[in-house]
Amino acid sequence: MKRIGNRTASDPVAERYRAGVLKYAQMGYWDSGYQPKETDVLALFRITPQDGVDPSEAAAAVAGESSTATWTVVWTDRLTACDRYRAKAYKVEPVPGSPGQYFAYIAYDLDLFEPGSIANLTASIIGNVFGFKPLKGLRLEDMRLPVAYVKTFDGPATGTIVERERLDKFGRPLLGATVKPKLGLSSKNYGRVVYEALQGGLDFTKDDENINSQPFMHWRDRFLNCMEAVNRAQATSGEIKGHYLNVTAATMEDMYERAEFAKELGSVIVMIDLVIGYTAIQSMARWARKNDMILHLHRAGHSTYTRQKNHGVSFRVISKWMRLAGVDHLHAGTIVGKLEGDPNSVQGFYNVLREPLNPVDLPRGIFFEQNWAGLPGVMPVASGGIHAGQMHQLLTYLGDDTVLQFGGGTIGHPMGIAAGATANRVALESMVLARNEGRDIWREGPAILADAAKHCQPLRAALDTWGEVTFDYASTDTPDFVPTPTAAA
Amino acid sequence: MRLTQGTFSFLPDLTDQQISSQIEYCLQRGWAVSVEHTEDPHPRNTYWEMFGIPMFDLKDAAGIMREVDECRRTFPNRYVKVNAFDSTRGIESLRLSFIVARPQEEPGFELLREEGPGRLVRYALRSYATRRPEGHRY
Repeated sequence: MKRIGNRTASDPVAERYRAGVLKYAQMGYWDSGYQPKETDVLALFRITPQDGVDPSEAAAAVAGESSTATWTVVWTDRLTACDRYRAKAYKVEPVPGSPGQYFAYIAYDLDLFEPGSIANLTASIIGNVFGFKPLKGLRLEDMRLPVAYVKTFDGPATGTIVERERLDKFGRPLLGATVKPKLGLSSKNYGRVVYEALQGGLDFTKDDENINSQPFMHWRDRFLNCMEAVNRAQATSGEIKGHYLNVTAATMEDMYERAEFAKELGSVIVMIDLVIGYTAIQSMARWARKNDMILHLHRAGHSTYTRQKNHGVSFRVISKWMRLAGVDHLHAGTIVGKLEGDPNSVQGFYNVLREPLNPVDLPRGIFFEQNWAGLPGVMPVASGGIHAGQMHQLLTYLGDDTVLQFGGGTIGHPMGIAAGATANRVALESMVLARNEGRDIWREGPAILADAAKHCQPLRAALDTWGEVTFDYASTDTPDFVPTPTAAA
Repeated sequence: MRLTQGTFSFLPDLTDQQISSQIEYCLQRGWAVSVEHTEDPHPRNTYWEMFGIPMFDLKDAAGIMREVDECRRTFPNRYVKVNAFDSTRGIESLRLSFIVARPQEEPGFELLREEGPGRLVRYALRSYATRRPEGHRY
């Protein structure tokens, strides 16, 4: 190692801070004896070191670059309690079945982070380090947020329990649909889809991620027509209904303006996209809490960094950040639908979003115990290529506290949108009834649906149209502690 | 119209056997079952009348069915629902809530619109039944 010092010293501390370049491990970012403190933020990275780079040095480099280090020794470290501020890589182990990859455990002192700020947390943990040359790839797999840090966040504006109480809907998943085609409808026609779907039996309809304020439909017009539809459907059913009005816009000022209008019109829910950024999400969560609004988050853009296992950020980490940030709904996979989603991984995301405490659960990709310290749960949303014929699988995999969104599976129904909605609602209620009666819905699901279809022609038509449709592809984002991806159906 | 509040309103009216099975499911999970009734089905009517307090100590589905029957007999032309309450920390709310009796005729709701500036509309929902005084609605 090259040292460019102009004096020699026998004092080991002086020696440590002599100008020059040291290995990160030697700079203090590797400590195999370190016992993480209860208040430490813990991170688990999957590292793929360049050939010839020692895994523990690579782990130390990640710890260094995501906390206090730069590439060379700086004497100004000695003006600080630098030992405390250095993140410490404390364990490295090979990833089962993936030669060349290692799990690196790193502990961060709580004082490294600003209270209640996802932007600050992520600026450290994923800020600089992902482009670091000595690594071929780097993935943030999981984090343990200490209770002391969790308590600095407000968490979900509404939470699953209060959402159910506000909507007066218990004991079953909620049902939704995204309006299709997602672009191009005029607001009058768009509201028609909302009305038909809601009066047919859905609880929610939804703007898609890229519906904002385009030439074919300006946002105010959309809001007005959608709320007419919501209120009409409430009158025909006597139930609370909602349409996720997407308030995503270019600036916070625009988003607040749209959200205020949604409130003025009496909407129970507004929606934002993940691409607006963590700070904007926290701002909207604060607004939603202040205005008694449910906040739906569409995870637009996440697959650019969550899908590939060798580089990026796992969606379970995004789920944790979003629960802290304070959203009420988050799209988290369907398992059986058209989008990526290994059953175990997806169940891991769901558990992170809605359980009060997550025990270590390696088959579901959960590496740390996470205590949510009373923070309310987020309602996971299953959306993308699902239909009534899969109801027994959806209910078995995903449980009750979820929103099942059937877009095409409602609007594409041969008898019309309302019939599509009715088919989904009848399929769901029949399946919940049968499960509660103690029947084995996994095996008997198709028979239960066929029986229900005897008193519901729309369900019969839905099963005839989509009953056989499956999306059977191997997942890429699978847990490392099961030998092969589990089958989807 | 058919009021579709509650977990199973899109299915044909549940038989007593089906109601009893659902109650059994709730009891197995340690949830407290209660019975409520109303003449005001507005979706924001959070507080239906309680037919006694939740049956925290009654662990027998047949016993609870007798309460359901009693409520249906006392108020033969009202909405009656069965709720199951879970006192687990972090939930402390209902886990299941379903209608087990309804009036013979359900007149439904009127949607009132008050038009304001800029195409703004203020909506209100009014049950046709609640135009009459309590006790004379159905």
